[in-house]
Amino acid sequence: MDEITARQARFLKDHRRHHHLVTALRFLIFFLFLAAWEISTRVHLIDAFIFSSPSRILETVFTMGRDGSIFRHTGITLYETLVSFLLVILVSFLMATVLWFSSTASEVLEPCLVILNSLPKSALAPLLIVWLGANPGTIIVAGMSVAVFGSIISMYTAFRETDEEKIKLIRTLGGNRMHILCCVVFPSSIPSILSILKVNIGLCLVGVIIGEFLAAREGLGYLIIYASQIFKMNYLITSLIILCIIAFLLYQIIQKLEHYIRKARKI
Amino acid sequence: MSPLLEVSHVCYSYHTLSGETQALCDITFSVDEGEFLAIVGPSGCGKSTLLSLLSGLIEPEQGSVHIGRLPVSGHRAGIGYMLQKDHLFEWRTVYKNVILGLEIQKRLTKENLEHVEEMLKDYGLAAFKDSRPSELSGGMRQRAALIRTLALNPSLLLLDEPFSALDYQTRLNVCNDVCGIIKRENKTAILVTHDLSEAVSMADRILILSRRPAGIVKILPVHFKEKGLTPMERRQAPEFKDYFNEIWKELNAHG
Ligand SMILES: Nc1ncnc2c1ncn2[C@@H]1O[C@H](COP(=O)(O)OP(=O)(O)O)[C@@H](O)[C@H]1O
Ligand SMILES: [Mg+2]
Repeated sequence: MDEITARQARFLKDHRRHHHLVTALRFLIFFLFLAAWEISTRVHLIDAFIFSSPSRILETVFTMGRDGSIFRHTGITLYETLVSFLLVILVSFLMATVLWFSSTASEVLEPCLVILNSLPKSALAPLLIVWLGANPGTIIVAGMSVAVFGSIISMYTAFRETDEEKIKLIRTLGGNRMHILCCVVFPSSIPSILSILKVNIGLCLVGVIIGEFLAAREGLGYLIIYASQIFKMNYLITSLIILCIIAFLLYQIIQKLEHYIRKARKI
Repeated sequence: MSPLLEVSHVCYSYHTLSGETQALCDITFSVDEGEFLAIVGPSGCGKSTLLSLLSGLIEPEQGSVHIGRLPVSGHRAGIGYMLQKDHLFEWRTVYKNVILGLEIQKRLTKENLEHVEEMLKDYGLAAFKDSRPSELSGGMRQRAALIRTLALNPSLLLLDEPFSALDYQTRLNVCNDVCGIIKRENKTAILVTHDLSEAVSMADRILILSRRPAGIVKILPVHFKEKGLTPMERRQAPEFKDYFNEIWKELNAHG
């Protein structure tokens, strides 16, 4: 179908036009907001010391960029988040596999998982710091503690939801539990695993920031707490903005990965 | 010559916390080599359960199942089982789906793969080897599922309502195709169906089951005056109507 009809062409054109309009409006609102912020601090409508301003933030970014501290703090937070994310995925994949293999184990462990998962995760962080000391390893564990229990539960649920008839098929072909796991359970869980990844990258970031609030000498979480204590609002808001960008980029990376895998496997 | 499959006094019940469901009760029959047996019965009477017992997926509570004089227990390589839905995996190509059984049983030998290639060619799927299952029509999917089963070279073929997911027209054609394939590969087959006309058009003998707990009402031999008719031709033959009515009567009396 190389030829498209005039009506289809018009539909596509309208669609594109709408898309451009939305993009333009987004930028417009963004710049209006920045302008309003900047102007209201210039005319002393709001106090720039407390609310900061776009120009002050830009200035802060430049000073921090010159002495390299912006890269150090961002890098540390990013590193801790990615490591805890990878560990969460690894641990929950292994645990879900074990639970799938042994229904007795899963029945025994279920209450523990549910309780640990419903606990407000930030409550665990102080405990971890006392137990493990204030070091980057602890921050990574704190990041994991927020995500790992929910992730195990969701992944195990995804494994359990495999079509019974597909499992029967593998059995009729002479397969054992291992074949069932590798030929049906894992492949058919991939869509669920991808959405679990998307949820968990954000949760790990939350956990890492909480850990850095409590016990760190570096990282964006540390910077936020430090800046709020000495009232350096420019630093605080700059850190928040960097955090926004990190969260957005991490999510986008996972989204791209999902898109790529879905396309490769045609699902 | 002793029969290929011997089922004697088999009983089976499902046990759940909400109670016991007696599915099969005192089932005895045998199937000779090269024979095509159809099993009909009301839905929910235990037909699928019977096939699971024959294939060794579940063990009878009483009685025994013997294939070639050996008791069936665990999975037996000699049995091919075709389920109601094709269950072709979308994450594999058609070819990869078809060799799944060989892959699982580590039997990817040159002869076996050549046999697969030949069947793909003979049954019109060679051009779709590298396609995804979703690109196949309903009938082609069913043929692919049959090749997946036949790739393991089973001596006994179990078919559990393999056409019920297809629309009527496709169903008649696929029924014809599959019957031809089974005859050509010279297989012994047991077909479960709730479609009486399907049973009459394909089988050498028809086993009629009663309502749950299923017992055998009757085993009816099917003879058409003209030999070697295809299912489609059988549907036109004069005897067709009589067999149909007889089974209908038996089912209504006991079903
Ligand atoms: N796993 C199971 N647990 C409990 N009862 C079952 C199970 N599988 C089937 N049954 C019951 O056994 C009876 C026979 O099932 P089935 O063999 O699937 O019937 P059919 O294939 O003839 O439609 C049905 O009444 C069904 O409810
Ligand atoms: Mg059934």
